[in-house]
Amino acid sequence: MSEVSKSSSGNGFEPRIVGFFCNWCTYTAADLAGTSRLTYAPNVRVLRVMCSGRLDPQFILDAFRKGADGVLIGGCHPGDCHYQAGNHKALRRYTLLKRLLKTMGIEEERVRLEWISASEGDKVQRVINEMTEDIRRLGPLRLPPIPHAGRMPGEAVERVSSIGQETGL
Amino acid sequence: MSKPKIGFYWCASCGGCDEAVVDLAENILSVVEAVDIAVWPVAMDFKRSDVENMQDGEMVVTFINGAIRNTEDREIVEILREKSKYIVAFGSCAHLGGVPGMGNLYTRESILECSYSETPSVVNPEKVCPQGETTVPEGVLTLPVLEERVWTLDQTIEVDYYLPGCPPPVALIVDGVTAFLTNQLPPKGSVLGPKHSLCLDCPRKDTKPENMLIKEFKRPHETEIDLETCLLAQGLLCLGPATRSGCGAACINGNMPCTGCLGPTDSVRDYGAKALSGIASLFDAETEADIARIADRIVDPAGTFYRYSLPGSLFQGKVFQKEGARS
Repeated sequence: MSEVSKSSSGNGFEPRIVGFFCNWCTYTAADLAGTSRLTYAPNVRVLRVMCSGRLDPQFILDAFRKGADGVLIGGCHPGDCHYQAGNHKALRRYTLLKRLLKTMGIEEERVRLEWISASEGDKVQRVINEMTEDIRRLGPLRLPPIPHAGRMPGEAVERVSSIGQETGL
Repeated sequence: MSKPKIGFYWCASCGGCDEAVVDLAENILSVVEAVDIAVWPVAMDFKRSDVENMQDGEMVVTFINGAIRNTEDREIVEILREKSKYIVAFGSCAHLGGVPGMGNLYTRESILECSYSETPSVVNPEKVCPQGETTVPEGVLTLPVLEERVWTLDQTIEVDYYLPGCPPPVALIVDGVTAFLTNQLPPKGSVLGPKHSLCLDCPRKDTKPENMLIKEFKRPHETEIDLETCLLAQGLLCLGPATRSGCGAACINGNMPCTGCLGPTDSVRDYGAKALSGIASLFDAETEADIARIADRIVDPAGTFYRYSLPGSLFQGKVFQKEGARS
């Protein structure tokens, strides 16, 4: 994920929301909202995932770290998961993550999980408008930048270099 | 020709990492045979000026344990970085922040307030609090100053390798030191340990159910723990699935669940988020109320999942909304 683009206009704060939408329901519903010419707040950057169960909690934290003010997760209604139980897993992770985020000082409204079926274009409109207003009230998140003198843990696999030829030992 | 020099240094740590070096037992003899230990404050006398007077890169490798908590930690590791060809972050605190890193859930001011005033056993009516500089009749006295938050070593200086664990297991230290002695170093930035998670090496892995589901979490003091069955299957919150192997399942062998001190495997960026993800997906519940009931039993999610890795995580600590509360 590259840095979430800035969309502040003038002095007014425009929330930046990252949406992780399930391919089989919410993403299709967002398409429906578009083809139905529903207008809604332009504050959500939608990322399509194959299932809300694919959503690693790291993605959510990373979105915040990279400048998001809120994260919206859209999945299939319980019982409707294309992969049977992906949305249940999403709900379990979301429940525990919300508790963690509370300890970390993140307001509850900044992460939202909604079940939106492929036919609910109007719900996409309503949820996005609501969440945009909720976060507008909260203001920006402003995570401090990550200091980085060396590498980040987890990047070792990507860094293949051949130092260590001569250690002098 | 003189022997190559190596160093050990401690920052915000408990001393357990230095103890782990002592635990090398007779293995340490082969180390001492091959190298000169130039710096090791816990075991030997040395002065800051001794290090300052070294040539740049004079030491081949320095193993630094402990998190960066105050200005002295920062100053010394910056000097050691210049004097050492390689820096190894030694142990959880240097690697990911460790237990002292939990301090990042609080502001510096609230930590000082708690330690010097609020704690019931503290009697401090004059509210004496450590200052960076204090003027006394004889002159100005100085003390290291507590930083705004806890930092990992690689947030402070460039780090070449990581030895994970709280403390690093002896086997990993031996392998790591041997890698230096025999010139067989992995790519820069590597964590010197196995690449897989603990479950793969767990002596109880054969008792892991095919489809693991947990109805209720129990804390170790609340249940009689079977000596042979997978701890997660018994409802104990074991973080083995998310944690790098290399410890020989020491805690499991002591009949206690893994708390995650070796940190994540190479493919994971944020240990706590990934561990939380794995544990939450095991909840045997589908409705919001049932899921919440199971989650209620994990009373301290931040302390459970970020016990050793908060400063090195994506959030690095609590987000204090007040401007200027965090550096």
